[in-house]
Amino acid sequence: MDEIKKSYFIAKKDMGTYYLKPPLISWGLMLPIVFVLAFYFRNPTGIKEVVPGLIGLTLLFSCTSMAAIVITFEKRIGALERLLLAPLEIRTILFGKTLGSSVFGLVITIVITIFLIPIIDLSINYPFSFSLIIILSGIAFSLLGILISVGVKEVFEAMTMSNFFRFPMIFLCGVFFPVSSMSFPLPILSYLLPLTYTVDGLKHCLLEDKGVIPLYLNLLILLGFVILLYSLSLFIFKKRIRQEF
Amino acid sequence: MDNIIQVNDLTKFYGKFLAVDHISFDVKEGEVFGFLGPNGAGKTTTIRMMVGLTHPSSGTAWIDGHDVTKEPVEVKKTIGLVPETSNLYGELSSLKNLIYQAELYGVSRKERRIRTLTLLEEFGLKEHQNKPFQAFSRGLKRRLTIAAALIHNPKILFLDEPTTGLDVMSARGLRKLILDSKKKGLTIFLTTHYIPEAESLCDRVAIIVKGKIRIIDTLENIKAQVKETEILEIGLDRPPEDWKNMFLSIDGIKKILIEERRIRFHTKSIDRVTSSIIKFLEERGAKIQSINTLSPSLEDAFVRITGLDSELMKIDKPVKGGPE
Repeated sequence: MDEIKKSYFIAKKDMGTYYLKPPLISWGLMLPIVFVLAFYFRNPTGIKEVVPGLIGLTLLFSCTSMAAIVITFEKRIGALERLLLAPLEIRTILFGKTLGSSVFGLVITIVITIFLIPIIDLSINYPFSFSLIIILSGIAFSLLGILISVGVKEVFEAMTMSNFFRFPMIFLCGVFFPVSSMSFPLPILSYLLPLTYTVDGLKHCLLEDKGVIPLYLNLLILLGFVILLYSLSLFIFKKRIRQEF
Repeated sequence: MDNIIQVNDLTKFYGKFLAVDHISFDVKEGEVFGFLGPNGAGKTTTIRMMVGLTHPSSGTAWIDGHDVTKEPVEVKKTIGLVPETSNLYGELSSLKNLIYQAELYGVSRKERRIRTLTLLEEFGLKEHQNKPFQAFSRGLKRRLTIAAALIHNPKILFLDEPTTGLDVMSARGLRKLILDSKKKGLTIFLTTHYIPEAESLCDRVAIIVKGKIRIIDTLENIKAQVKETEILEIGLDRPPEDWKNMFLSIDGIKKILIEERRIRFHTKSIDRVTSSIIKFLEERGAKIQSINTLSPSLEDAFVRITGLDSELMKIDKPVKGGPE
């Protein structure tokens, strides 16, 4: 319980301290908003079809960007050392950093979703599943961001590294066109990426069951990604700390 | 007094480089223990191993009864560390920085604010409580970093080069704060490359060179190592020329330290060498402005024990990047 409380303090501090950092504003906030506006102005009535993809994209960019900031920035100024010096388990630090990044991403995503509801007459079919999907995806993307960031020193390096994963995901995960329309072997790659299940799950919730994979399976696979990425991040985080400190 | 720190055979390799070479020592509860050595001697690596930030290659350290390699979290509860770089959060005010530290250390909600305000008052930072850390001067940053290390009432305070890079007034103020903390019963472990700092603050000192401890003892005992040495200090009207080797050829002079216009002659008998030195200087037209006899200092003992030039100890490390 004490460790959960400390994770919460880490997350609270991160959100209060870093949400105005320029790389976060440009990659975590501006980019998703630009995508939404671009699609809206191009075709105000047709945007509904790509809303699940846009929401997934928003979550991906905001969570990974925040994760990159909270790790690399603190490494650079030496503040991560303060956390390592406090009586905390490494998993508490990782949980706190993930929590801060996820909450930041979720807030941005929820604000954009709320903004879209009246404009394009959006309705959420399964509110509980919708919530679960964005929560699990937010955690998975934050962990992915942490995994990428622990190995680099500078914020710009973390952002560049993240883009190696993020940009292919835009095209591979059904954000703008369905995975089923891709030719072999691209669908295999698609099904190895968590964003595919986020977008597919959101299609169930926002587009009257237009998802291909059963909703429960999307949720289970996202949960699997969370467990896998958490274990991997914890392992890499511990290894890097031992190497660098 | 009981030992609150016990270090046994602590060793650290970075690749093939041996940074800390099988060192052992103990620190008694309530004392100020100094780790004195030139830059690169292994002081920071030792402190980092002792606080659980760096994993030792072999050996162990016991802090307040806890093995640092096996119970790092327990160790961290009992210690506070002030690293060489003041690394609090630049965007947060001093008040918020301390509150956050208190939260991380599990200080109760009720205690957090009381403890924070008390420390800000004690460290003369009350008027700056709402100012962001990044707007502080180097001296104020150092003060707040020490205050942050004390937020959870630790038993031991580790200070890594606490006054490096500070102006004379800030350094003096900080040394007073360190002594005040000692009076409250805190055990203090500090590393420094300033010999006068070790001399003014420490009860016992370990001199470390190239990862190896050369001597551990009280200041008095260390100085006693050069007790048989007498020191003659001569002040001149101008900086001396390159006479060091010529002075050393005078029978009875063992060592020479030159500092601006002052020359210190280490000898077994002042009476035996004084007339030869005065004659030497007069022949070269140097005007003597003062003659003093001195007791051996820690600096003299350091030079004798390590064989290093004490000038080496006056070189600061290059200032690292970060929110200094």
